[in-house]
Amino acid sequence: MKRVYVNEEWCLGCHLCEYNCAFANSKLDRMAGLKGKKIFPRIHVEGDDRITFAVSCRHCTDPICVKSCIAGAISKVDGVVKIDRDKCVGCLTCVLVCPYGALAPGENGTMQKCELCLSNRAGKPACVTGCPNGAIVYEERSEEE
Amino acid sequence: MKKYVVIGNGAAAVGCIEGIRSLDADGEITVISKEPRHVYSRPLISYYLEGKTDLDRMLYRGSDFYEKNGCRVLFGDTAVKIDAEGKTVLTEKGEAVPYDALCVAAGSSPFVPPFAGLETVGKKFGFMTLDDALDLEKAIFDTCRVLIVGAGLIGLKCAEGIRERVGRITVCDLADRVLSSILDADCAAIIQKHLEDSGIEFLLSDSAERFEGNKAVMKSGKEVEFDVLVLAVGVRANSGLVRDAGGEVNRGIIIDGRGATSLPGVYAAGDCAEGDDAILGSKRVLAIMPNAYMGGRTAGVNMAGGDEKFDRAMPMNSIGFFGLHIMTAGVYDGEMSEDREDGALKRFFVKDGVLRGFILIGGTERAGIYTSLIREKTPLDTIDFESSKKIAANTIFSPEIRRKKFGGVV
Repeated sequence: MKRVYVNEEWCLGCHLCEYNCAFANSKLDRMAGLKGKKIFPRIHVEGDDRITFAVSCRHCTDPICVKSCIAGAISKVDGVVKIDRDKCVGCLTCVLVCPYGALAPGENGTMQKCELCLSNRAGKPACVTGCPNGAIVYEERSEEE
Repeated sequence: MKKYVVIGNGAAAVGCIEGIRSLDADGEITVISKEPRHVYSRPLISYYLEGKTDLDRMLYRGSDFYEKNGCRVLFGDTAVKIDAEGKTVLTEKGEAVPYDALCVAAGSSPFVPPFAGLETVGKKFGFMTLDDALDLEKAIFDTCRVLIVGAGLIGLKCAEGIRERVGRITVCDLADRVLSSILDADCAAIIQKHLEDSGIEFLLSDSAERFEGNKAVMKSGKEVEFDVLVLAVGVRANSGLVRDAGGEVNRGIIIDGRGATSLPGVYAAGDCAEGDDAILGSKRVLAIMPNAYMGGRTAGVNMAGGDEKFDRAMPMNSIGFFGLHIMTAGVYDGEMSEDREDGALKRFFVKDGVLRGFILIGGTERAGIYTSLIREKTPLDTIDFESSKKIAANTIFSPEIRRKKFGGVV
């Protein structure tokens, strides 16, 4: 299945992916509506002045967050790891187990994560579409790579 | 067609059923559930009282789970005997359920010390099941004085759950600190202060000597008046069925890495089982929900003819109280180092060049990266561990490792 992959050599560290993610998952009319607000993107740029890269859910083959969620709120459907935020109570067990640091609480304290923009207004990963340097891609890669 | 029996209806049972169905779509599965309820998340009962979830949302799996998985569920019935030779489970209601493979996922029961005068207390509750929570909910009122015996995870989550709905909460414990099973003294002091600031009173290093109706007379001589008593002293593994059938039992039912007990065809998982702690390197009961699911799943796969090992069980807890989150993992041995910043405290325990455990109070962002270092036993000299003490980050790994993590299928 297609997943989001990053190439840190091309990442500029511009954080645009974070804004595109926050906007895609918002109900705002215009991106400008995010100005001055604390955003809660499902992708985050890590790094320092030497290297930067964006981190989002890996949609693992054997996702430990799904197995660990105490509320049964995380499931894998057609390859996509999804969270039911109505069921989530914000205990953060998924944060404790995810080896990639890919989950974080949203504005209301329940967890959110990348769901590949498949069910929001973008329809496909907005971080990828908006990356100015092609550092984030959405494609099929084999297990061996 | 293979016959499977699962004793229990919690996370380990669900893991087992999903494990079986990952390999065997047709086998007959019978679930024996003491509680006459669809599978729900036990740890969510405090969130229910707090109003953060409700009876529908706290279901651990969808209401069609058993139907979809083709399970026959004996709700409200209890397994009373395992006939290991005849490969049959006998139930209280008189059913004899034959099995080719059995999983005991019977959980644990509250341990109640023999307090003098406990029978004189009118309103007393445990805090393990949804029925406990619903009964407690009926008993409390806005000026209610509650005494909780036990300052562990269960007692304190109960305190948080009802804080806004009662007048006063006192928590007592024989231990000298809160959460003594997962926190060291310094960390416990921080949490205790936070809980006190949130309106919880404590009587530590003290326990009830005797109860007289609505009064507890403590060992220290203090007297505590209460309207409602919650007993959250501790739990014990429900291992009796396997012990009585001749299976090996210690504090819990002894299992190997495949989830198998010493009885042929009998597996166990969850709070009733005692399996390998991958970090400690010996067996112990790890009564936490992720291990219950994962252990159950492994048992289920093996019951269905697969060959899987669950060799990554370790203690870990993520628990919050009144907005302050605590995360702990592994064991606290070796050299301790700490980082304090903006009210957050992080303690790391390093031994033989690997991270063995940690305690985080606040500052829990991306903590799974730390957990993975423990789980993978990553040699710390291959990563930039120092830089990650302030904040967990993937920058600690080499570009090659990052390429695998973020450029490949994982």
